[in-house]
Amino acid sequence: MKITVKVWRQANSQAKGGFKTYQLDHVSTDMSFLEMFDVLNAQLIRKGEDPIAFDHDCREGICGMCSMVINGRPHGPLQTTTCQLHMRTFKDGDTITVEPWRANAFPVLKDLVVDRTAFDRIQQSGGYVSVNTGGVPDANEIPIPKKVADEAFDAATCIGCGACVAACKNASAMLFVGAKVSQYALLPQGKPERKERAERMVAQMDAEGFGACTNTRACEAECPKGIKITNIARLNREYLGAVFTSYEVETGGGGE
Amino acid sequence: MNLDSKIPAGPLNEKWSKHKFNLKLVNPANKRKYDVIVVGTGLAGASAAASLGELGYNVKAFCFQDSPRRAHSIAAQGGINAAKNYQNDGDSIYRLFYDTIKGGDYRAREGNVHRLAEVSVNIIDQCVAQGVPFAREYGGLLSNRSFGGAQVSRTFYARGQTGQQLLLGAYSALNRQISNGKVKMYNRTEMLDVVVVDGKARGIITRDLVTGKIEAHAAHAVLLCTGGYGNVFYLSTNAKGSNVTAAWRAHKKGALFGNPCFTQIHPTCIPVSGDHQSKLTLMSESLRNDGRVWVPKTAIKGLKAADAVRIPETDRDYFLERRYPSFGNLVPRDVASRNAKYVCDEGRGVGTTGLAVFLDFSDAIKRDGRHVIEAKYGNLFDMYRQITGDNPYEVPMMIYPAVHYTMGGLWVDYNLMTTVPGLYALGEANFSDHGANRLGASALMQGLADGYFIIPYTIGDYLAGMSWEKMSTDRAEFKEAITNVQQRVGKMLQIKGAKTVDQLHRELGLTMWEYCGMSRSESGLLTAKKKIQELKTEFWSNVNILGSANELNQELEKAGRVADFIELGELMVDDALNRSESCGGHFREESQTPDGEALRKDDQYAYVAAWEYKGENQPEELHKENLVFENVKLTQRSYK
Repeated sequence: MKITVKVWRQANSQAKGGFKTYQLDHVSTDMSFLEMFDVLNAQLIRKGEDPIAFDHDCREGICGMCSMVINGRPHGPLQTTTCQLHMRTFKDGDTITVEPWRANAFPVLKDLVVDRTAFDRIQQSGGYVSVNTGGVPDANEIPIPKKVADEAFDAATCIGCGACVAACKNASAMLFVGAKVSQYALLPQGKPERKERAERMVAQMDAEGFGACTNTRACEAECPKGIKITNIARLNREYLGAVFTSYEVETGGGGE
Repeated sequence: MNLDSKIPAGPLNEKWSKHKFNLKLVNPANKRKYDVIVVGTGLAGASAAASLGELGYNVKAFCFQDSPRRAHSIAAQGGINAAKNYQNDGDSIYRLFYDTIKGGDYRAREGNVHRLAEVSVNIIDQCVAQGVPFAREYGGLLSNRSFGGAQVSRTFYARGQTGQQLLLGAYSALNRQISNGKVKMYNRTEMLDVVVVDGKARGIITRDLVTGKIEAHAAHAVLLCTGGYGNVFYLSTNAKGSNVTAAWRAHKKGALFGNPCFTQIHPTCIPVSGDHQSKLTLMSESLRNDGRVWVPKTAIKGLKAADAVRIPETDRDYFLERRYPSFGNLVPRDVASRNAKYVCDEGRGVGTTGLAVFLDFSDAIKRDGRHVIEAKYGNLFDMYRQITGDNPYEVPMMIYPAVHYTMGGLWVDYNLMTTVPGLYALGEANFSDHGANRLGASALMQGLADGYFIIPYTIGDYLAGMSWEKMSTDRAEFKEAITNVQQRVGKMLQIKGAKTVDQLHRELGLTMWEYCGMSRSESGLLTAKKKIQELKTEFWSNVNILGSANELNQELEKAGRVADFIELGELMVDDALNRSESCGGHFREESQTPDGEALRKDDQYAYVAAWEYKGENQPEELHKENLVFENVKLTQRSYK
């Protein structure tokens, strides 16, 4: 089939960007969306035009690296990653608009490539259980109800792609942060640090310039891994619980 | 060169504990005086960087992705083995050791493999403590499944996303050390050379993939945790960025390359759909627990999955169940792959290309109900449907083998050190523990074993013997390495030929797959060698890379990797030529039993082939590390 693509081109983070339009004449319906871009890039190179930079790696929907806003929707019309979107979703003659994630906290580096290290810094602020290697109890020492383990798993399947931020009119990262906070808040291993974790991760999220959540649920609708908005509710509970019952109060009260 | 594996003497089950005691220690107060570079942040790299940071070393970690969390370990689906024997079904450390040695077709070291089995139990404890949400039973304890031909249920899993959950666990430990200031993380940074000073690895040269800046980093030791080289075949289940560059640069600086021809072809991948194909997607091997593999008894050209349901049982050939009644669909990967190739070679393959076989769940759905199958494989079925447009709950899946894992890699001794002192290789990047064939759910185990439980001990022994004085990157060796890297980049950019990097890569892949894939012969390998040499000449005279070196330039990144893959490809062919036996994933047509099974030649080839680089366009020199088996009896594998 024939496809027209309008792609955001931007030489680097300082340069001014804009859309350019390209025509593809032989697109197979079995191609993935990124394979369509491979074909387009080969076409551009043959003409001596700079190929389009875009992020991708595993191309099987799990690494979270691919990140295109397609026709206004992060990862396109299906609730998948960009790499798992196939051209059979489109029709012959379609014009497809492709942009990078748009958020202050995700600056564009080139074309469709954005800088998502803000997500790493949020994780570094508290997205872990403070255990060193070795000296841990046997794996079966603490039974965890299957329902709880499954719910923690569902939260933990977040791939950190940032579609939630790209989908949100406020560029909020609450779904991303909520998923991590939920995973650890649900599991016994994460409970000792749950308060500091919620406080620190929220503080870092704010410092990175992500916006507030206004419950439009756009994030949930676009998340390729189906992370539920209940994780945001849990994040709010965890955060409120943490700020109202901080450790200073709890530990300072009993001692003398 | 004398290859000393440094396997400790003594009984098998005491080797590691004795060795740990004999290793020198670095005083806790002195650890902060040593710098360690970790390249790659997959399971091996992230776990090593985190664990070394916890111990007090200063770590610099590097990944080419935009975040360490995206390393390709994330894509491992099925599970991780551990000899916990939680299921009371007869598992033990010795049994895991035995299965791994046998599964590797007796081309791995007993000492290494036993150690792997020993630490496997610690890995599960560690991951659970980090908050990795493994699958659990209703009673709250961990769930296990049998995997990839194992007769016991020792595989721990997190639905079909075990690699993701384990990597995120290691990533969280890494993040904790980054926040503690013990690890400095470099994202979007690619290693382009190792710097050797006075015979020891003392640093690396990197390129910032955003700005193009070439930089030198010095340290007391360098750990390569850079994964496998399956992308030499162009099409593989590896991530697009996975590459051999770090390992290959190290090889050219003196690190021997072990068993390069040992590649694993995974039987259950989604077949190729056309020339545009950019990668292959694995469907977890766990699917073979419930899916039955078949083709029609007589060839039907272009058979579609939708029409397969109408073919009566009597006209179906469940060829794995027929040939291997005791293991059936659960035969090891190499056996399952080769048999799929045979039936397709006979013309009985299905789908438009004829290069596919069915994997059918209808009996399992009838037996257990759709909800049970959905709970086990839901995400895999969804993925299959997204990619192919077929619904595997209603029609059989189509699968075909694809390159998945490389058992070969940098030669390392028992301490995981390469032949360059101070240069270590961990995880898939080394050659060590899987012999000629890796068993399912063993890659995650090895990556984490190396990073969490082996390198933290063995690196101390090396560092304790050297001064903590820091090395300046102003030294001539660093300057020279920087110049070399810059010149190579400049040279590639100047060619401005007629072919894209992908075109050349695809040509390399076709040659490798045809002649150095599932089945290899002397004449085919000789053809491949010639073609690869021609391709190398063509690359350096006809590749077309646009843009400059001082910007984000993805074509330039790919070009550097492909140039290295071409050289590696030739070495793989040389290694396959040398090994005139069939073992594990390496099937030489000249070496088969009368009924067409692989024929190993233990009297001639029970050794590790370790290759030494001798200079540009010079033949590499083969060194042999003879494998000594004191505990297991070498038998021909039989899954009949």
